[in-house]
Amino acid sequence: MSETALRVLIVDQNMARASILEDGLREAGYRDVIVVRDMQNLLHRILAEEPDVILIDLENPNRDVLEQMFQVSRVVRKPVAMFVDRSDRGMIEAAIDAGVGAYVVDGLRKERVRPIVETTVSRFRAFEKLRNELDETRQQLADRKVIDKARGILMKERGISEEEAYELLRKAAMDANLRIAQVAQSVITAAGLFKS
Amino acid sequence: MTPRISGAEGRVVTVGFMPLLDSALLVAAHEKGFAERQGIRMRLVREVSWANLRDRVAFGHFDAAQMLGPMVVASHLLGQRGDAPLVAPVALGLGGNAITVSRPLWQAMTQHGAELGAPPARQASALAAQIAVRRRANQPPLTLAMVFPFSCHNYQLRDWLQGAGIDPDHDVRMVVVPPPMLVEALRTGQVDGFCVGEPWNSLAVDSGLGTIVATASEIWPQPPEKVLGLREEFLEQHPQLCRALVRAVIDAARWVAEPANHVELIRLLGHSRYVGAPERLLAAALEGRIVPMAGAPPLQRPEFIQLNEAATVPQRAHAQLYCDQIARWRQIAATAQDVERALQSFRPDLHAAAVAEKLDAVPASRLSP
Repeated sequence: MSETALRVLIVDQNMARASILEDGLREAGYRDVIVVRDMQNLLHRILAEEPDVILIDLENPNRDVLEQMFQVSRVVRKPVAMFVDRSDRGMIEAAIDAGVGAYVVDGLRKERVRPIVETTVSRFRAFEKLRNELDETRQQLADRKVIDKARGILMKERGISEEEAYELLRKAAMDANLRIAQVAQSVITAAGLFKS
Repeated sequence: MTPRISGAEGRVVTVGFMPLLDSALLVAAHEKGFAERQGIRMRLVREVSWANLRDRVAFGHFDAAQMLGPMVVASHLLGQRGDAPLVAPVALGLGGNAITVSRPLWQAMTQHGAELGAPPARQASALAAQIAVRRRANQPPLTLAMVFPFSCHNYQLRDWLQGAGIDPDHDVRMVVVPPPMLVEALRTGQVDGFCVGEPWNSLAVDSGLGTIVATASEIWPQPPEKVLGLREEFLEQHPQLCRALVRAVIDAARWVAEPANHVELIRLLGHSRYVGAPERLLAAALEGRIVPMAGAPPLQRPEFIQLNEAATVPQRAHAQLYCDQIARWRQIAATAQDVERALQSFRPDLHAAAVAEKLDAVPASRLSP
């Protein structure tokens, strides 16, 4: 059996991340990749698919379900938590840091599992990075809207220029040790109070 | 002001917990300053699975964590392939679990003599009768859930079943379902009943989906439950810090045991950072007022959960009970040597030392930030 013939099962309720992960493993040559999103039939799927390696998001409470399943399983090949083999501490720490849990069929050689876990970990990180960037962009966009609105209010109320209004907000934020958007939000809130 | 054990000196101690009523001592130790008074800066991290807590303690992400007592024992029984060996220097309470069945199953059980508040043995007999009815009708076995293979929930449920002649490995299907998914699993009929800690039984009752048929303290007298688990290695490296941590938990237990503090405690636990359940349900469970079914008057179960100093002793007898249960249900075939090590993992000596130590009286002004 070649290295890439291992059957890998991914348990992830996050569809976007699961597909990024699936693509990554396929690019690395693993053809036998199964993604399970439906938690209700998790046990049946795992029993039916007989994977060699199971990858699960550590934020998924179903990890405890897997633990029980492998504890009682006497008929199917018995996977064990990757964390049990602590000889490869570096890899396992990287996995926990990235939020990846792994279960492998007992007796499977570490060298065969390692590249799978490494691919998963790097894909999880790439996904996190993407998500953080997206959050940041969203935040920036939201901030910009708030700042623009507050600047408009200041320009109108105080008859100052755009630049002066921005400078006023910036200075107030610095003095109060707040973000400019936070000060801008206060301006909007206060203006709302004066209006009504 | 509690005097402080020297040696902890402002170190950050990261402690994992699960959103359960018996996280109370850890939450109080942190929120009410008992940890700080021991020179510990406690960082509480909420987790979603027992397996995560175990692994994060094993790899040093967490210094300690709320754990199921049997998890600590099991860490010594797996021999070469084992997890990091854990120790329990302090317990986090007694009791707090209950068995809940779905309303349809309860309805059927009442045909065989089950009654709200009846002794657990009678409820179990009614269940046995219903299982016999189902078997004759060629219906699939009932599915009962618990929270982790190495848990008191598993053993209490099994004891309750076997007391009525129900074989938990053949007459029913036993599965693990994470607590946050239990109510939904009951609603969709994926499970017919479960054994879990609070507030999850009360939530099932409150949503009209379940009936509580027994509490843990009716099945096992003074039932042991969670402990603070940490790595053996961590204990060896930081004995003073561990002692300070144990002391902080004991001080927290004294505070939690005062009924006058319950309103404040419940308000803390109700916060989404911690348990995040309705305060009225947490308060009722804490005070042993168990509403068995929506609309029914509460049953008085004063021993339902005990969160006080006496309940923080990690007793050897508890470790023995877990070893017996693990062997009885054939979970692990352990060597006598491993069992001996497992028994030693519960450390009443460390608990006693933390209580008895002549504490350094350190003025509050010298406390680390």
